[in-house]
Amino acid sequence: MILKLIIRNAFRHRLRTILTVIGVAIAILAFGMLRTLVGLWYLGVERSSATRLITRNAISLVFPLPLSYLERIRGIAGVKSVSYGNWFGGIYIDEKHFFANEAVEPKSFLELYPEFVLSPEQREAFIRDRKGCIVGKRLADTYGWKPGDLITLRGTIFPGQWEFVLRGVYRGAERSTEERALFFHWDYLNETLKKTVPRRAGQVGFYVVGVTRPEVAAEVAEAVDRTFRNSLAETLTETERAFQLGFVSMTEAIMIAIQIVSYVVIVIIMVVAANTMAMTARERIAEYATLKSLGFGAGHIGIIVFGESLFISLMGGLLGVVLTFPAAQWIETELSQYFPYFSISMTTIGLDLAIACCVGGVAAVFPTWRGATIRIADGLRRIG
Amino acid sequence: MAIPWSYSLRNLWTRRLTTALTASGMALVVFVFAATLMLAEGLQRTLVATGSYDNVIVIRTSANSEVQSGVERDQAAIVESLPEVAVGAEGQPLLDKELVVLINLTKRGTTKPANVVIRGVGKAGLALRPQVQLIAGRMPRPGSDEVIAGKSIAERFQGGGIGERLRFGMRDWTVVGTFSAGTTGFNSEIWGDVDQLMQAFRRPVYSSVLFRLRDSSEFERVKSSIEHNPRLTLEAKRETRYYADQSEMMAKFLRILGLTLTVIFSLGAVIGAMITMYAAVANRVIEIGTLRALGFNRGSILTAFVLEALFLGLVGGLLGVACASFMQLITISTMNWQTFAELAFSFSLTIGIAVKSLAFSLVMGFVGGLLPAVRAARMNIVEALRAT
Repeated sequence: MILKLIIRNAFRHRLRTILTVIGVAIAILAFGMLRTLVGLWYLGVERSSATRLITRNAISLVFPLPLSYLERIRGIAGVKSVSYGNWFGGIYIDEKHFFANEAVEPKSFLELYPEFVLSPEQREAFIRDRKGCIVGKRLADTYGWKPGDLITLRGTIFPGQWEFVLRGVYRGAERSTEERALFFHWDYLNETLKKTVPRRAGQVGFYVVGVTRPEVAAEVAEAVDRTFRNSLAETLTETERAFQLGFVSMTEAIMIAIQIVSYVVIVIIMVVAANTMAMTARERIAEYATLKSLGFGAGHIGIIVFGESLFISLMGGLLGVVLTFPAAQWIETELSQYFPYFSISMTTIGLDLAIACCVGGVAAVFPTWRGATIRIADGLRRIG
Repeated sequence: MAIPWSYSLRNLWTRRLTTALTASGMALVVFVFAATLMLAEGLQRTLVATGSYDNVIVIRTSANSEVQSGVERDQAAIVESLPEVAVGAEGQPLLDKELVVLINLTKRGTTKPANVVIRGVGKAGLALRPQVQLIAGRMPRPGSDEVIAGKSIAERFQGGGIGERLRFGMRDWTVVGTFSAGTTGFNSEIWGDVDQLMQAFRRPVYSSVLFRLRDSSEFERVKSSIEHNPRLTLEAKRETRYYADQSEMMAKFLRILGLTLTVIFSLGAVIGAMITMYAAVANRVIEIGTLRALGFNRGSILTAFVLEALFLGLVGGLLGVACASFMQLITISTMNWQTFAELAFSFSLTIGIAVKSLAFSLVMGFVGGLLPAVRAARMNIVEALRAT
């Protein structure tokens, strides 16, 4: 009976209700998208492994470490394997076509990063060819590269035009694996530097240290840094996760701004919904008074008003959630170069609906109170 | 015959709560719109103002920033001998060979490291940058391990204040002064003696060479003589251009983000305005009928209601811009992806942004109010008067 009344009431002003529902839906959609965007920001942190440490120069990332550290790190207890590499920062065509490219020691690197899946023959071909490189599937799709193609990068940190032969296209073992990167032989970089800028040869940008068990990671990191204390190149070793988090936290200000904005969205819809409910209540004061004179209590009227508000915003919320999926799909296809994937988590959907309920509740507070406490004589006298 | 505009204003005043709610919804949207524009503007200003138009910065070809660049000593000497370099009062060239590296520093009150630019400057370093002023302490003595820190660094980073010590390159450095560089990016830098820093970091090469032009119009000539010289692997840019390029990616990101948010939000606000205006029309059917019967034509009714919506938008816009103006007190400190270095900049409100925001709010009001106003204007007189 009450439910029927609520639904009937909600559609008395069809246009207004529809507009409100659309308003709520848009806001819920925006909120869901923003939340997913923030989640993606932290993706690099999420996909880091607990058994990998990154060792770099303690001053900052722009300073290299000597290659001679390799054997010394390898000798530390708890270290399973060590790889090394350099951030290359080469440019393909122009700055707008940005993707990560690194010079690495191929064999140990592929062992340490099992999430980069290559077929055995492509892996072999890559390791054998000193000018070879591998790229992620997504990147290969973007530029239409096939194994055997020549790829030329313009060096920014290491000047010159660098040519690589594509030897393999790797797939990510998981959905979140970075599939937009290029890796090539560190030896190729080093041999070239020996000829051009000898003082920069024999230097690596970072070491990746694989430890035997996650529990010993902290100890190993400590031991590595202790080994090189007071040397010309002191090191800073942290888990891959902390390393990624360090990068993310540097741009945290922007993330915080986006998060604030996503809460502002909610406030905006609250205002829109509250506005609708305030109008509805104002128009129906006389009705409430009539209902009261028929013997309905304050509770009944409260439930009717409150229920209507909840009903409208929940409809909006549901519509918003439904719209989220095609929107996410669209972003995933259109902006695939920026995001590895764009999928809405169950938590986000749950939050969406919780917010919709919350909006409905908050919007109804004032009208409910007015409807429930109206004095019959005042209500009947009023011309709204 | 037009309906007086006070009619529209008083209608808004009559429904105070609804007007306030709708206007505040719009105000929030305008606020977000203005704030993102202000942020992009602040970033641009900081970076563009960082350079001087008459200065030329020389870095290694195809290096994106000073940090990636390397200029050999002999190449720096060739640049120094160019005739286009301005000469100072004492006959010395107004040219500075500098070292720029990133170091990790921890922000005050956190354990999070951030990359900070440390710049080794020579004697001409200050003369070339008139916007940089010492505001506390003293200048470092040449050849010592003393440094001065920019204002943002002194406030935000551990070891950046006067008398504090920083440790890098196996040495301790004492901060002896704080400098202010107006609203420019130098505020996020630490300066020291170039030779001492090169020793400490064991870097045999400079990062960049900065010089003032003898005559500003000679830039093209000096650029081609540097870039076409077979002995040099360098490129020259005007300092203003160089810093504008550094902020390109960030500014673009902020603009895209702001635009997207604004589009989505404005839909919500327009819907809010529409609901309000439809209700305003529905509540005043008899009034509208009366106005028509008095001889006001359809056009005047339409105008009156559109005006009402425009006022609503204006109130929202003014509120939003007023709130946004307080954002100027906030400074954002984040990493610039292009240089990997920390950069502090603030929101800056310009007349242009205020006008844009107000125009935007008026457009929202107009779009939201048009349909309801058309509905009001198209009412049949007799039926409107009969309505209860």
